[in-house]
Amino acid sequence: MSTVTIIYAGLFYIATLLLVAGLAYKIFDYSRTPAPLKIPTTPAPTTQTGVVYRMAKEVVLFESLFKSNKWIWVFGWLFHFGLLLVLLRHLRYFTEPVWFWVNIVQPFGKYASIMMVVGLIGLLARRFLVDRVRYISTPSDYLMLVLIIVIGASGMLMTFVAHTDIVALKTFFMGLMYFDVQPVPQDPILLVHLALVALLMLIFPISKLLHAPGVFFSPTRNQADNPRENRHVAAWAARLDQKN
Amino acid sequence: MAAAEFDIPEIKDYIEVPKLREGVMAHAKTFLAPKPVQDFMGYPHELADNWKESALEKMGDLLGKYRSLKVFLDACVHCGACTDKCHYYLGTSDPKNMPVARQDLMRQVYRRYFTTAGKLFPKLVGAKDLTKEVLDDWYNYYHQCSECRRCSVFCPYGIDTAEITMAGREILNHVGMGQKYSNEILGKVQKIGNNLGLPGPALLDTLEGLEEDIEADTGVAVKLPIDVKGAEVLLVTPSADFFSEPHVESLIGYAKVFHAAGISWTLSTHASEAGNFGLFNGNYETMRKVAMRIRDAALELGVKRIVVGECGHAWRVAYSFWNTLTGIGYGADDPFSIELQKQLDPNYPQPQHICELTNDLIQSGRIKVDPSLNDDLIVTYHDSCNVARASRMGTEPGGQFTIPRELIKSVVNNFHNMADDTIYESTFCCGGGGGLLTDDLMEVRVKGALPRVTALNNVVKEHKVNFMATICAICKAQFTKVLPKYGFDMSMVGGVHQLVSKAIKLD
Repeated sequence: MSTVTIIYAGLFYIATLLLVAGLAYKIFDYSRTPAPLKIPTTPAPTTQTGVVYRMAKEVVLFESLFKSNKWIWVFGWLFHFGLLLVLLRHLRYFTEPVWFWVNIVQPFGKYASIMMVVGLIGLLARRFLVDRVRYISTPSDYLMLVLIIVIGASGMLMTFVAHTDIVALKTFFMGLMYFDVQPVPQDPILLVHLALVALLMLIFPISKLLHAPGVFFSPTRNQADNPRENRHVAAWAARLDQKN
Repeated sequence: MAAAEFDIPEIKDYIEVPKLREGVMAHAKTFLAPKPVQDFMGYPHELADNWKESALEKMGDLLGKYRSLKVFLDACVHCGACTDKCHYYLGTSDPKNMPVARQDLMRQVYRRYFTTAGKLFPKLVGAKDLTKEVLDDWYNYYHQCSECRRCSVFCPYGIDTAEITMAGREILNHVGMGQKYSNEILGKVQKIGNNLGLPGPALLDTLEGLEEDIEADTGVAVKLPIDVKGAEVLLVTPSADFFSEPHVESLIGYAKVFHAAGISWTLSTHASEAGNFGLFNGNYETMRKVAMRIRDAALELGVKRIVVGECGHAWRVAYSFWNTLTGIGYGADDPFSIELQKQLDPNYPQPQHICELTNDLIQSGRIKVDPSLNDDLIVTYHDSCNVARASRMGTEPGGQFTIPRELIKSVVNNFHNMADDTIYESTFCCGGGGGLLTDDLMEVRVKGALPRVTALNNVVKEHKVNFMATICAICKAQFTKVLPKYGFDMSMVGGVHQLVSKAIKLD
């Protein structure tokens, strides 16, 4: 087995472990932290069903962002929806036989990469061009966009320009999944693509990418507006009642 | 008051997003609370040697108690959607008044001490050590936020800067940097019963005087009862209603409504304040203590209903938090709350907003009004931020917008809304909310009012509007002071029940 294969196999095992463990810890941490007061941004739904609908509109359509700024909405939505299709398409490298709906997504997923990169470039351009956004941007804000753009661009190169040995790649990943490590194809574009994906997985649970699980725990969006009808008390706050 | 030492912004045709100008509001620093004020609140009054450790310890404590704080500090992606949404940024152009930048003052410290990335690569992720300069920035800019929640409407993750500001002020108090204005008021409300520090006898005198005025004016003996046991309704209203103009006109309006509907009601000396500045400070226990006065008064007087007068943040605390803090509401199964909840009349929402009450009475014909008595007025309505974005009226979402407007339209014939992006949940703060209604922040207040004044100016030009109704004591006090600086007459601001008062028919 080549050194490169050992490095990449190790990298993906570590990245997967840290991604899953890190996210699981953050989700556990968010869910154990109480929200002592009812603070939905109103007008808000009065029922739990309504809350699910509101959250779905936020997550699928980015409703609040749409109200806020059409440019960020267009670029942000192109990027995220493109990314979703691209990720679904990639399931073909991790399943055997390939699920039928992944085959349906496949052609859309190929071109969704263009949506994704266009959206990312738009978001990056805003960081340079809009003085307010430039002011709040940290180095990691730029680098994060550049990282995903390079991942997308290297992927597109392999899809549309210089095909890589995709059968060998699938063998490599299926091998990783069944703990039977197979050689990684030594195509430089592919190796760059894979290394950056692993890096993205590593930084996910310790960066602003936590907005993905975070949005579901946002009390201004996930609480029902029913404080007069139901008494809502956190455990640490309920102890104050016992002193009276 | 000394003459203004700053330029009054020019009103443009539209609300413009300014180019940022760094540091232009860095000088605006509200007065620090002196020793006696901080002593009463149980906070230090100056920085101790270990202030940094103490601040970080408090921050850790809050991160464990408030999911909002933890999620909001993690989730922001610096997208910039909120950057042009804050009235203080629009009015001052200081970038630290952009919601995300205001949050980042705390987020940079959170990242440095509480996150792996910030501990390992501080420069890369914009993490910073907690220094005295950072703490001073906190003090200055967490007192240039009115906790109005406009940014939270537009954030894709619902990040509410008010939650960060509250946590910031709580930490500042904890290390000895309290704000004089808010903490003095929190002392008065707990020692005397209201924010203005009006003792019981003074209150009684005022109410008697008002009864005489109403009778002289209308020929009807409308009463303003106080501390009456067995009354049906306990009215809790901001203490400004007792003697500030134009607030008192609305108090007269409430009294006339109760009189006309034949509902027995009472005020309370112990609970002679609806406002609860504990909200602004972000300290749960302080807010709870202040709210408990209402519960105590309700139990003592044996009332069946609790109604809240015109006050924005008070309505947020009453509607959203009273049930949690004091058990005023429904749906409890704990002994603490059941005692009170079985005393309350289940036919009414508890607590109920005075606009809900009056509107129901008018729509059901139980009281009669003549809107032509307000024909000298062309009215618009300013949605107060806490009512609009942190509460509700009625049974449907958005009732906080429709019910006051329905009520206004039933007592006036001429009504025009301001521009859509400045009302309802997009409403602009008056500029004086959240503990900023103090002369030492006059520049912040005047500049922060610019977006609202711009929208008002447009309906004045277009529809000859000459009255802006609102249901918040802070909005009323802020506008009467700030509108004249923009060339408007201070008397063009008043309460919704000021309009009701003029139109209502008394027998």
